[in-house]
Amino acid sequence: MKVKLHIWRQKNNKEKGKFETYELNNVLEDMSFLEMLDVLNEKLILEGKEPVAFDHDCREGICGACSLTINGIPHGPEKATTTCQLHMRKFKDGDEIWIEPFRAKAFPIIKDLVVDRSAFDRIIQAGGFISVNTGQAPEANSILVPKQNADNAMDAAQCIGCGACVAACPNGAAMLFVGAKVSHFAYLPQGQPERKLRVLKMVEQMQKEGFGNCSNLYECEAACPKEISVRFIALMNRDYLKASCSEEKLEVINNE
Amino acid sequence: MILDGKVPSGHITEKWDKHRFEMKLVSPANKRKYKILVIGTGLAGASAAASLAELGYQVEVFTYHDSPRRAHSIAAQGGINAAKNYPNDGDSIWRLFYDTVKGGDFRARESNVYRLAQVSNNIIDQCVAQGVPFAREYSGYLANRSFGGAQLSRTFYARGQTGQQLLLGAYSAMMRQVGLKNIILHTRTEMLDLVVINGIARGIVTRNLLTGKIESFVGDAVVLATGGYSNVFFLSTNAQACNVTATYRAYKRGAFFANPAFTQIHPTCIPQSGEHQSKLTLMSESLRNDGRVWVPKNPGDKRKPTDIPEEERDYFLERMYPSYGNLAPRDIASRAAKRVCDEGRGVGPTGNGVYLDFSDAIKRLGKKVIEERYGNLFEMYERITGDNPYETPMMIYPAPHYTMGGLWVDYNLMSNLPGLHVIGEANFSDHGANRLGASALMQGLADGYFILPYTIGHYFATTKLEKVTTDHPEFKKCEEEVKERINKIMSIKGKKTPTQFHRELGKIMWNYCGMSRNEEGLKKALDLVPQLREEFWNNLTVVGEEGDLNIVLEKALRVADFLEFAELMLWDALERNESCGGHFREEHQYPDGEAKRDDENFCHVAAWEYTGVGNKPIRHIEPLTFEYVPLTIRSYK
Repeated sequence: MKVKLHIWRQKNNKEKGKFETYELNNVLEDMSFLEMLDVLNEKLILEGKEPVAFDHDCREGICGACSLTINGIPHGPEKATTTCQLHMRKFKDGDEIWIEPFRAKAFPIIKDLVVDRSAFDRIIQAGGFISVNTGQAPEANSILVPKQNADNAMDAAQCIGCGACVAACPNGAAMLFVGAKVSHFAYLPQGQPERKLRVLKMVEQMQKEGFGNCSNLYECEAACPKEISVRFIALMNRDYLKASCSEEKLEVINNE
Repeated sequence: MILDGKVPSGHITEKWDKHRFEMKLVSPANKRKYKILVIGTGLAGASAAASLAELGYQVEVFTYHDSPRRAHSIAAQGGINAAKNYPNDGDSIWRLFYDTVKGGDFRARESNVYRLAQVSNNIIDQCVAQGVPFAREYSGYLANRSFGGAQLSRTFYARGQTGQQLLLGAYSAMMRQVGLKNIILHTRTEMLDLVVINGIARGIVTRNLLTGKIESFVGDAVVLATGGYSNVFFLSTNAQACNVTATYRAYKRGAFFANPAFTQIHPTCIPQSGEHQSKLTLMSESLRNDGRVWVPKNPGDKRKPTDIPEEERDYFLERMYPSYGNLAPRDIASRAAKRVCDEGRGVGPTGNGVYLDFSDAIKRLGKKVIEERYGNLFEMYERITGDNPYETPMMIYPAPHYTMGGLWVDYNLMSNLPGLHVIGEANFSDHGANRLGASALMQGLADGYFILPYTIGHYFATTKLEKVTTDHPEFKKCEEEVKERINKIMSIKGKKTPTQFHRELGKIMWNYCGMSRNEEGLKKALDLVPQLREEFWNNLTVVGEEGDLNIVLEKALRVADFLEFAELMLWDALERNESCGGHFREEHQYPDGEAKRDDENFCHVAAWEYTGVGNKPIRHIEPLTFEYVPLTIRSYK
């Protein structure tokens, strides 16, 4: 099949970017979307032109590196699917496809389709963990976790940190990402001792990074390749409210 | 040279305890004086970095990814083994040790494997404490399942995303230390060389992938946790960026590379669909718990699988290995699949595929149970192939997946170069000639959480290190060499892309050094690889600039090292004139096609020393003794 691609090209963070148009013949429907871009890049290199830079790695939908907005939708049209798992059989011969980076204030563009998502790492660094040192752990089966809680925790924990939720949100909010991490630990007994401090610190960092706020549009859940539910945002909001009138809040204020 | 693995004396069950007592300690006040450079942030690297920082060492961590959480450990699906014996089915540390030594076809160091089995239980405790959401029973206790190569249920899992959850556990422990300023994290930074001063590893040279800046970092020890080299085959289940550069550069600086020919071909991957393919996708081995593997009895049977009646199907694993059936170990299952395909009974458009059929399991357990167990894997299969495995059998074929070979290390996980420690898949230590399912996660975390943090202290306490800075001439020399290499690659201005060379190399390696190997083929490949390398250095094209994010240059540097490394792998495969585990030499097999070991001549580790590009490296030996698991023919029948 043939496709016409409009791809965002931007040399670096300082220069302005623009769409460039490329045509590809001989695209096979068994190709993944990124394999189709590989074909384009190989062609560009052989023509002496710079290939399109994009982040990708595992190509099996789990590392969270790939981050393309395809026809206006982060990760493209197929539900619950990362860009690398999207296949060309979802497109038709003659289609025009618009490819942009994940756009958000807190994700500055580095080059072409590559953006800087290190804000996510800094949010995790602020509190997205259980403070247990190697060696301190008790016998595993001494901590019982009701199956339902373990399942809920896993539903939240499977977030791949790709940032599609942020790119999909008109406010550029990271509430789904942060809510998922807060909820993962909130459902587990191991997560209880730091529960309030964690949500306070993570939300504080989220705001510092320039992410917006939630206005209940649920675009994040729709774009999420792992179908993380917005109910985790609600859980985070409840936890944040409770933590805001707790002694932990004083601790955070005193440390500032 | 005969290498000394520095295995402690005493009974195998007491070695590690005794060694832990005998090792010298570094006092808490002195730990902060030592700087450790950790390269790689997968399970091994992240767990080591976190644990070392918790102990009080200064740690600097390097990853070429945008975030440490993207390391390829994240893609491990099935699970992690431990000898907890929660199901009460007769498991023990001894049995896990025994299974791993036997599974590795008697080519691993017994003492290391025993230690691995010993600490396996601590890993589960640690991960649970970190909040890893392992699968649970309704009672709230941890759930277990069985896995290839074992007759009991010792595998812990978090749906089909165990690697992801374990990595996120190690990553968050590490990020906590970054937040406490005990770790300096360098992302999008790739190690391009190791700096050795007076025979001791003292630092690395890196390239910033965004700016192209070449930089040096000095440390009191270097820890490589940079994974395996399956991408030498071009098509593998590894992520796109996985490469051999860090370990290969260390080899070029004097570290010995052990058993490079020991590669694992995983039986359950989605078959290749065409030339454009950039990777092969693994389907978790756990599928073999309920799926039955078969091909048509008659060659060339082109009917739809659902139209082929029961009596015309050959459930070849169940037929050949009745006691393990579909759960036969990976090397054995892979070769059996190749054998039936070579007989012309393979299925799918290329004839390189076998069926993995769930219809019996769905009948027995109901669709709901199967969906609960494998739902996400079935969805993934359908996304890639367009087929629905609930209705028609999956098609699978073996693909390169894991490399047991790696840099040689002693019992302390230190290479022959003092100061250079190697952990996880990057070292050669625990899996021998074949790795059992759910053991890679176990080894990566064992090395990082529970072994290296002890042994590295002993190294510091017993070694006098001179004060060095990056102004040392050796750092300058290394930086210059790296810059020169980059300039050379940028200036060839030929006609072929790095990917084209990589694909060609992969074909040579898959055809002559893949699932089965023979002398003639290996010798032929030893001709072809240098020719391809020659062509690479004369006809490569790299566009863009070096001082910028340049994906072509990154790839070219990695392919350049694969082109040298491939030759090392071929030498090892040629000289190891026996079959064992994943290394199958056609000349050495039993009449039924099983691998025939030669314990008299090859019961050893081969560790190779670099002697210059294109020269045959020197083969050193570490003899292996099997005091506790007697050498026997490995049978799964």
